Amino acid sequence: MALQSWRTMSRRDRREAFEGYLGILPWLIGFVAFTAGPLLVSLALSFTQWDIVRPPRWVGLANYVRMFTDDQLFRTSLRVTFSYVLLSVPLQLIVGLALALLLNANVRGMNVFRTIFYLPAVLSGVAVALMWIWILHPDLGVANGILSVFGIKGPGWFWDQRWALPSVVLMRLWAVGGGAVIYLAGLQNIPPHLYEAASIDGASSWRKFWSITLPLLTPTLFFQLITIMIDAFRVFTEAYVITKGGPLNATYFYMLYLYEEAFQNFNMGYAAALGWVLTIITAAAALVLFRTSNRWVFYEDSEERPV
Amino acid sequence: MSVHKTHPVMLRTTVQPARAWRLGRLLRTSVIYAALIVLAIMFMIPLFWMISTSLKARFEVFAYPPEIIPSNIQWGNFREIFTRVPLGRYMLNTLLLVVANIVGQLFSVPLVAYAFARLRFPGRETIFFIVIATMMVPGQVTLIPLYTLYRSLGLVDTYWPLILPSFFGNPFFIFLMRQYIKTIPRDLDDAARIDGAGTWSILYRIILPLCIPPLTIIMVYQFLWTWNDFLEPLIYISDTSMYTLQLGLSMFRGRFTVEWHLLMAAALVSVLPQLIIYFFAQRRLIGGIASVGLKG
Repeated sequence: MALQSWRTMSRRDRREAFEGYLGILPWLIGFVAFTAGPLLVSLALSFTQWDIVRPPRWVGLANYVRMFTDDQLFRTSLRVTFSYVLLSVPLQLIVGLALALLLNANVRGMNVFRTIFYLPAVLSGVAVALMWIWILHPDLGVANGILSVFGIKGPGWFWDQRWALPSVVLMRLWAVGGGAVIYLAGLQNIPPHLYEAASIDGASSWRKFWSITLPLLTPTLFFQLITIMIDAFRVFTEAYVITKGGPLNATYFYMLYLYEEAFQNFNMGYAAALGWVLTIITAAAALVLFRTSNRWVFYEDSEERPV
Repeated sequence: MSVHKTHPVMLRTTVQPARAWRLGRLLRTSVIYAALIVLAIMFMIPLFWMISTSLKARFEVFAYPPEIIPSNIQWGNFREIFTRVPLGRYMLNTLLLVVANIVGQLFSVPLVAYAFARLRFPGRETIFFIVIATMMVPGQVTLIPLYTLYRSLGLVDTYWPLILPSFFGNPFFIFLMRQYIKTIPRDLDDAARIDGAGTWSILYRIILPLCIPPLTIIMVYQFLWTWNDFLEPLIYISDTSMYTLQLGLSMFRGRFTVEWHLLMAAALVSVLPQLIIYFFAQRRLIGGIASVGLKG
């Protein structure tokens, strides 16, 4: 179909094709205006110095050279963001899966629990950030209040250089139910007869988890890994609202740096270069995951179907 | 769950293993419930604490040990935030953006999704692949060119930058809708075509009325996204009378640094519409996102 030329098409097919293009026209215009065009413009801008008032000045690779040789803040923001990704992504994957396994148990009233655990995933933005500042307040917060009941002196959370980043991880973990729901759908797609067959063979629950559940869930895990990772590279609201990057740049996320360069210092060219570098990092990480995925992601279609 | 309830699948012959099995099952169920309840409490503590604080008087917030349920409930806090800051205004602004964005998606998504699902045209699969790929294009790289574009068009400090993109279809929604339309039997289209219906009247008369589930998901998601969006309003809106709720809240933070009861009241007010929508739509939302997540 794709290769059929316009000429050999019947009048009816031609009309259908025309209507098809007409239908996707809104997306096509949007793609050019809001995605493809800006991508190219931002690439061009990244080779300029531009304060938005005077016309952009071509500087070649200077922005990129400065970034990698002479920019302490860039290195800091990169380190913070990478630490966050390495800490938060595995935690979200594992906790999400554990929660999904629990929510997949066949007990009564499960819908109530699913509603409760999914709820934080739909709430986000500044209100949630404000809520967490208050929850994790070192002296008055409920978190340290509960810890003190058990005789633990809670940390300074967002106010402590060592704890600020883990605090962001923790508050993001609160929304882990969003991922759990996706695992849940994956779990419910596993054919029950596999478990029945394993039971007849006398397999333990642990064995069933490792040999049936986990392999058949790898496509979902992979999907989750990619989306969680892309999201983790883009943390902004938490850093902007809660910590402003502090204390001592402990939560100076990459996107916060980009925002400040673009909209506070008006270094548009440099910020565009920052945007491209982050995009390349994210894309490279995704590509590595895709490349290695055939080693651990099990697609049912590619194997002989289990009987 | 009663131990004495006879279970149809229990076809064990000996009594001893059956009893052990029942006991094991009971134990397992109790452990699951215990874990669920403990976790549910942990997950709900932040929201509960926000509600509790929002209903306290100023001095009670700093009381030690803190009151878990405030003894004299201060409804006045809510009146106070609405009078001290134009929170109502911010809500209306945000609501306007929500409605405009939903209208935009409802205009564009069905058209595009229907074309991808039903109409044959050269290059369809390739173009659809590009749609999927754009879901991965990170916002940070298009942020600056778009800002300069809107700035040169004189559209900074208007709502256009926050509304316009929705009229060109969100790729995630297009994907969701296309998948759904593909599950509708083609016989329906063919029958309508025989009756003389054209392509677009098939879309609006036959297909769309059957698409209530994905349309609901689209509306709910768009609502949640627009309601929560912070970075874009932050960049485009500087006129305080045009602030969205998120911007207003962020400004609140700077102004009421120690008035936690008011901050929490404002935060609660701003998540309340989300909570309400969530409780009405959660079934559909949970099912919808899950099915999309899998068939990617």
